Amino acid sequence: MSQITTSRRSFLQTSAALSGGLMLGFTVPGTRGQAMAAGTAHEVNAWVHIANDNTITLLSHFSEMGQGVHTSMPMLIAEELNVDLKQIKVVNAPPKAVYVNSLLGAQITGGSCSVRDAFTKLRVAGAQVREVLITAAAARWSVDRDLIKAEKGMVYGPKGLKSTYGDLAELAMSMPVPEKPTLKDPKHFKVVGTRAKRTDTPAKVNGSAEFGIDVKLPGMVYATVAQCPVIGGKVKSFDASKAKGVAGVLDVVQINDGVAVVANSWWQAKKARDLLSIQWDEGAGAALSDTSVLEGTRQALKTGKVLEIIKPTGDVTGALKGAAKVVEAEYITPMQAHAPLEPMNFTADVRDGKALLVGPTQFQQGAQGAVAGALGLKPEDVTVKTTFLGGGFGRRLELDFIVQAAQISKAVNKPVKLVWTREEDMTHDFYRPLGVNQIKAGLDASGKPVAVHFKVASQSITQRAFGLPKDTLDPFMAEASTPGYNIANTQHDLIIHDTGVRVGYWRAVSHNMNVFANESFMDELAEAAGKDPYAYRMSLLEGKPRFANVLKLAAEKAGWGKPLPKGHAHGIALMEGYGTYMAQVAEVSLGDQGEVKVHRVTVAADLGHMVNPDTVEAQIQSSIMFGMGATLKHQVTMANGRVQQTNYDSFQPVRMFEAPKVDIVLVKSSEAPGGIGEPATAVVAPAIANAVATLTGKRVRRLPITAEALKQTAAA
Amino acid sequence: MSVDFQINGKAAKANAETDTPLLWVIRDELGLTGTKFGCGAALCGACTVHVDGQPTRSCQTPISSVAGKKVATVEGLSKDNSHPLQVAWIKHDVPQCGYCQSGQLMSAAALLAKNKNPSDAEIDAAMSANLCRCGTYNRVRAAVKDAAAMMRKA
Repeated sequence: MSQITTSRRSFLQTSAALSGGLMLGFTVPGTRGQAMAAGTAHEVNAWVHIANDNTITLLSHFSEMGQGVHTSMPMLIAEELNVDLKQIKVVNAPPKAVYVNSLLGAQITGGSCSVRDAFTKLRVAGAQVREVLITAAAARWSVDRDLIKAEKGMVYGPKGLKSTYGDLAELAMSMPVPEKPTLKDPKHFKVVGTRAKRTDTPAKVNGSAEFGIDVKLPGMVYATVAQCPVIGGKVKSFDASKAKGVAGVLDVVQINDGVAVVANSWWQAKKARDLLSIQWDEGAGAALSDTSVLEGTRQALKTGKVLEIIKPTGDVTGALKGAAKVVEAEYITPMQAHAPLEPMNFTADVRDGKALLVGPTQFQQGAQGAVAGALGLKPEDVTVKTTFLGGGFGRRLELDFIVQAAQISKAVNKPVKLVWTREEDMTHDFYRPLGVNQIKAGLDASGKPVAVHFKVASQSITQRAFGLPKDTLDPFMAEASTPGYNIANTQHDLIIHDTGVRVGYWRAVSHNMNVFANESFMDELAEAAGKDPYAYRMSLLEGKPRFANVLKLAAEKAGWGKPLPKGHAHGIALMEGYGTYMAQVAEVSLGDQGEVKVHRVTVAADLGHMVNPDTVEAQIQSSIMFGMGATLKHQVTMANGRVQQTNYDSFQPVRMFEAPKVDIVLVKSSEAPGGIGEPATAVVAPAIANAVATLTGKRVRRLPITAEALKQTAAA
Repeated sequence: MSVDFQINGKAAKANAETDTPLLWVIRDELGLTGTKFGCGAALCGACTVHVDGQPTRSCQTPISSVAGKKVATVEGLSKDNSHPLQVAWIKHDVPQCGYCQSGQLMSAAALLAKNKNPSDAEIDAAMSANLCRCGTYNRVRAAVKDAAAMMRKA
């Protein structure tokens, strides 16, 4: 891991925050300044290629990991290019400076950025192509540009003149590309905003879609790896004699992170891996446990350096002193694994000073840089090709498994497909860090909150992954920490505590801990004030129309305040994240074993201008299930430095029989697009927690809310 | 020693060691990569195939145990997406990342082969062994019902 960290850090630049975010500013030597690098003859810009046979290809700078970018991205091009979505073929872009996600400053698929980053960028790209095709036709036919239009893959001129886009593509390449072409008025959109069918579905229902695990290179062999049970531990010595006796085993090689077995088939490699005898130097990580992580973080709240999330308003201390009532609570959000269904894997061919890397990644530029750094290659000698991702959720922002594949391939001088076992995947994740939030509020005699002091302590992922300097505010820890409510006196403190756990960005990142705390607390304030949680929130949202609107829409759609079946209760929660305003109402009951059952989740979302409302709904449905698992079922625990969850038995995501009905209300809007891949993941936790508290009269302030946790809370 | 069986209606021969799970023979030896590896412990259902019509976790099925049997994979539903389940999956745009979907489809196909009008509870019972980390369950349920309706009309 040290090599990866070093190679990342050497390229690191952190710069000013954009709308509260952090520019990761990751660059790879050799790629800067190649924004408009020469490509094939028919590359008008970095995004769109048109072939002579009229095939239009979009190079998508975002990886398809389920969020629908292989549909939303070409929709933006199709709109301006006046073609049917079906006419555009989508391929994944290679690492290149032009493909950097402008919201993050690195070529990263994450942070619910895709549409937000591409909304203007790709429309401009599509419009540029349309304009040069028209200019080319004008030149060829010697007619005025104004008499020419481009539609459905054809360019039409006066007197029946017409040509396919493909016929004009070569000539168009010599035409000047307008930097700022005229974009369509959104009023005239025909593609953007429609429920277009996903372009990737057909390949995903007949087995033909290629994921990383399906890659096959000529002469390829298979590998799997045994890593130290304590993350960060190193190999002291190993005995591979039994492993080498397994039929088909070609080699056993030591790499930085452990020992890899290479064989003619994956099963042979796996069998041999299980026969390895390895002595480990477990390192400092062996001391980690649930207690050390939780108590260390709690201690940091008392003694750690306090960073200001936002400038305090008013006089919190004075207002708390003068309050009629003071309410305090502590909330704990546990560690989580990403556990995407496709185990970590990558295929590498490292020979003759060059590396070809093929597989599922959310971070092409990082893959290139990390492998170049680890193997001592020039970045331009490292080619990265992206397949479909069998789930990402933040796990595939990491580069560990890619570097491993490259190291193994280099060692055996052959193309190698490295596939981890599920157990390696579960126990060698980059875990969502634990968070401890402590909030204190003062209410006046009418129950209105007059002061809030918010504190959160957790671990900085950005310090680990991008070398953010210590004692610097990590915006990816402060998300959703300052809610939209009008409260006169506020203070928001962040304390960064390094527990020693290897942490990573997990879908919705710090929105999860902060909105669970803030929105659980809001219900506790409403209770202390003797007010209805919906009405209480609404009374604090004057002058916040987007917040108030989604709250009202969700409450109305869910039937807030109307009678529910016996034994059922509603809970409500509100958040802004990724530029998206969202409210949720969860309806819950208790099952036979005392477990929480979620019957229905109602979601109202205002995410500004939508590209594909069907994909938006799919992402909300998806996030509900993902967040619900972390709210009610699974967590990551540690003992003696070892993660105790090893497979989908000890880490159980939501299954079909537990899936609630999801009702969605989407707000039509022409505001700038917001992100939708993540926010619902975070909001569902407090919505469920609040419903459970209403139902049982007992508040669980630590996730997950299992039957056991409910019993303990009831007994306390 | 080799194992003879049928895959998607055609004769097949596996040369892998006889303890090799069917999953790895299908994927690495026969090159049918639609069937996925998820957990290696029959917990996630990504590797679901049919063995003599029964939904089976191929990661836990030694190749020796399918000698002489009929194995069906997602590629056997149809290549042109004409199977009612594929039609319904496309209509509802069920897949997100798509990794679990072959297994979902094969579990659904086994259900509909014996029950063309499944209730919600029957769908839950037949499909709950198939994990979807993207949480496509609402759409899976709707698509199974739609496919069942298509099959009843056919």
